[in-house]
Amino acid sequence: MDVLTLSRIQFAATISFHYIYPPLSIGLGVALVIMEALWLKTGNPIYHQMARFWTKVFALTFAIGVATGIVMEFEFGTNWATYSRFVGDVFGSALAAEGIFAFFLESGFLAVLLFGWDKVSRKMHFFSTCMVCLGAHFSAIWIVVANSWMQTPAGYHIVETANGPRAEITDFWAMVFNPSSMDRLFHTLCGCWQAGAFLVVSVSAWYLLKHKHVEFAKRSMRVGLGVGLVAALLSLVSGHDSAIGVAKNQPAKLAAFEGLYETTTNAPLVLFGWVDEKNERVVGPEIPGLLSYLTHGDASKSVTGLNEFQPEDRPPVQRVFQLYHLMVGIGFAMIGLAVFGTYFCWRGVLFERRWMLWLLVLSVLGPQIANQAGWFAAEMGRQPWIVYGLMRTSEGLSAVVTANAVLGSLVLFTFIYLLLFAVFVYLLNDKIQHGPDEADLTPTGRLAEAMGGHRA
Amino acid sequence: MNYGELDLNTVWFLLIGVLFTGYAMLDGFDLGVGALHLFTKKDEERRIMLNAIGPVWDGNEVWLVTGGGALFAAFPNVYATVFSGFYFAFVLLLVALIFRAVAIEFRSKQPMRWWRQMWDVGFAGGSILSSFLIGVAMGNIAWGVPLDEKGEYAGTFWTLLGPYPILLGVTTVSLFMMHGAIYAVMKTEGELQQKLRGWINHTIIFFIICYATMTMATLIYVPHMAARLRENPWLFSIALVNMLAIANIPREVSRQRDGRAFISSCVAMIAMMTLFGLEMYPNLVLSNPEAAHSLTIHNAASSQKTLGIMLTIALIGVPIVLAYTVSIYWIFRGKVKLDKMSY
Repeated sequence: MDVLTLSRIQFAATISFHYIYPPLSIGLGVALVIMEALWLKTGNPIYHQMARFWTKVFALTFAIGVATGIVMEFEFGTNWATYSRFVGDVFGSALAAEGIFAFFLESGFLAVLLFGWDKVSRKMHFFSTCMVCLGAHFSAIWIVVANSWMQTPAGYHIVETANGPRAEITDFWAMVFNPSSMDRLFHTLCGCWQAGAFLVVSVSAWYLLKHKHVEFAKRSMRVGLGVGLVAALLSLVSGHDSAIGVAKNQPAKLAAFEGLYETTTNAPLVLFGWVDEKNERVVGPEIPGLLSYLTHGDASKSVTGLNEFQPEDRPPVQRVFQLYHLMVGIGFAMIGLAVFGTYFCWRGVLFERRWMLWLLVLSVLGPQIANQAGWFAAEMGRQPWIVYGLMRTSEGLSAVVTANAVLGSLVLFTFIYLLLFAVFVYLLNDKIQHGPDEADLTPTGRLAEAMGGHRA
Repeated sequence: MNYGELDLNTVWFLLIGVLFTGYAMLDGFDLGVGALHLFTKKDEERRIMLNAIGPVWDGNEVWLVTGGGALFAAFPNVYATVFSGFYFAFVLLLVALIFRAVAIEFRSKQPMRWWRQMWDVGFAGGSILSSFLIGVAMGNIAWGVPLDEKGEYAGTFWTLLGPYPILLGVTTVSLFMMHGAIYAVMKTEGELQQKLRGWINHTIIFFIICYATMTMATLIYVPHMAARLRENPWLFSIALVNMLAIANIPREVSRQRDGRAFISSCVAMIAMMTLFGLEMYPNLVLSNPEAAHSLTIHNAASSQKTLGIMLTIALIGVPIVLAYTVSIYWIFRGKVKLDKMSY
């Protein structure tokens, strides 16, 4: 294989593996803030027990997120040096801001969140939890802004230098608020919240099925379902807004998402199907006019098809189409699960419906698969460009790195990540089997002092 | 914000120096504790060592992440050339850092002997290898690496393993070991502390031997890294501060003033980084043999506009970061006590 293919495989492998963890941290962070807020408000020690248990799970996901995140930061330079020279001026300020505003905040207050239970007051601990959660969200902001700039570059001009042309910033805020950044940020966060929320839901459902830690599980379930429902519904809104943006700014990508070859008015929406790339058509059930309607709010308007683009400027249609439809399908399934789960919960029958609980146990996989599929669709849909319309992926490689070097590092990373994943699953399972700590129902140290009257 | 006549390239040279010095002072001690980890034999002692750095190592590593990010942003050509040119060295560094991070997290999660032994080796090995590779990288940019006219690296992986970079790698390991030993003494008590106190002297001797060899090698074989010092003899005062700070460490340790010993060690690091920066300026990566191809703060930099935006970000962000970093160290001051949340 050539350097390009190997470098793309390595980037895809390392980023997909990394992306299992930050969404969990972001989603669990929100759940932790809610649990601790409930504890502060009610003084009920069960919320303390919940916060302690989910903090342990959070710590696990966070540690792997940090470790695999450094790889990403280095990889721009090691494998995509020409790209780094090209975008450094624009991309750099976002990355530097991420380091200063997000990573320091997150990792600093994480110390208090994990180890400060008995060292600081309840309010200070709650504040630290909020800061960790905020830091996790900040890191999503900057990296999604940078990635969105690669989709819809704005606020820059091209300057010739001794090392070739590069993009230089002309307007910082135009770069930050480039046409796709806010839609994509919102949509990404919705996916992250679901990842964390449905992990809570899944583990709680498992405890309920096994009749273990029942009170703990019921309350955790309510928090998880609440966050999950809101996030799943918002996903629909943000996803729709995102797609309208893609249609406007990256028409080739939208055409690949939807498998649309001919530019046409009254464009149909294909529900699912198979792209016949040779004959340039899609086989599957479709709703006439719906794509035009969703894109323009008017079925009689036209949507751009892939035929407007030279074959070398088109993304890989089949894969992008399938991944996009997988994401959308799971998105609707998550809404269904969350709505029914919440309804049953509200009616007070959820904890007896074992089939529903089993579905909720499996629900943890939904956001994970959808998050991965969505990102793959977004990034493959941008191909053949690394920076849309400005630089091709094949032009962004490191000039001095050979195929053998990349093969070597790819083998090394694959081995280590498989090991990491095995250890992660093993330890997560261990924590779940162990369950919440009964002793956490009676807080100690400074927490106990602060609790005062609540303890009796 | 408009910074007028301010030389932003030099400001960013300084700021990146500050970030990497901060990294050395902070992550330096936890890498050092890692390097010493296998010398403690009892499980409880190893847990205390781990928990001495437990709440802070993650934040310390962020200095490297931010340093890397700032380099990418301020001097993208340096970032691109060094990271792609030193490809395999950086892959090894990543592997070492990952292993280390995961080892800290996972070691105490299971009681089995083989489990803990495995992660102990991962933690110590990862710490030593990371420190060594960071030193080797610094040695290479000081010695000079072959760069072509476009500023691309023109050597191989083996080019990087010259004697001088390796010497700097070993010196970095010894420096971090000394720094880590002092920090560990500050965080421990009783028998373990007595043992660690004894080790400080060994680590100081190890460091001084490495440091003296490195200084001699620099004066004899790397004259360009001592040129500014020769031209401006008053700069020797920085070297003097460095030596006094190092000499002060055993003195403070023997008087049980461990905090002061730690500060001395930090001062020594600041002095060394200052000397390094002074000799490098305005170069960021020296080219050897073609000195004209060196990457400097001018030919490798981002635009003035970006440097200005980033300075604004740094001026807002850094004071906040420093404020809560200090608060967090304050919250976790004092001796390590193992409890159920410990590693």
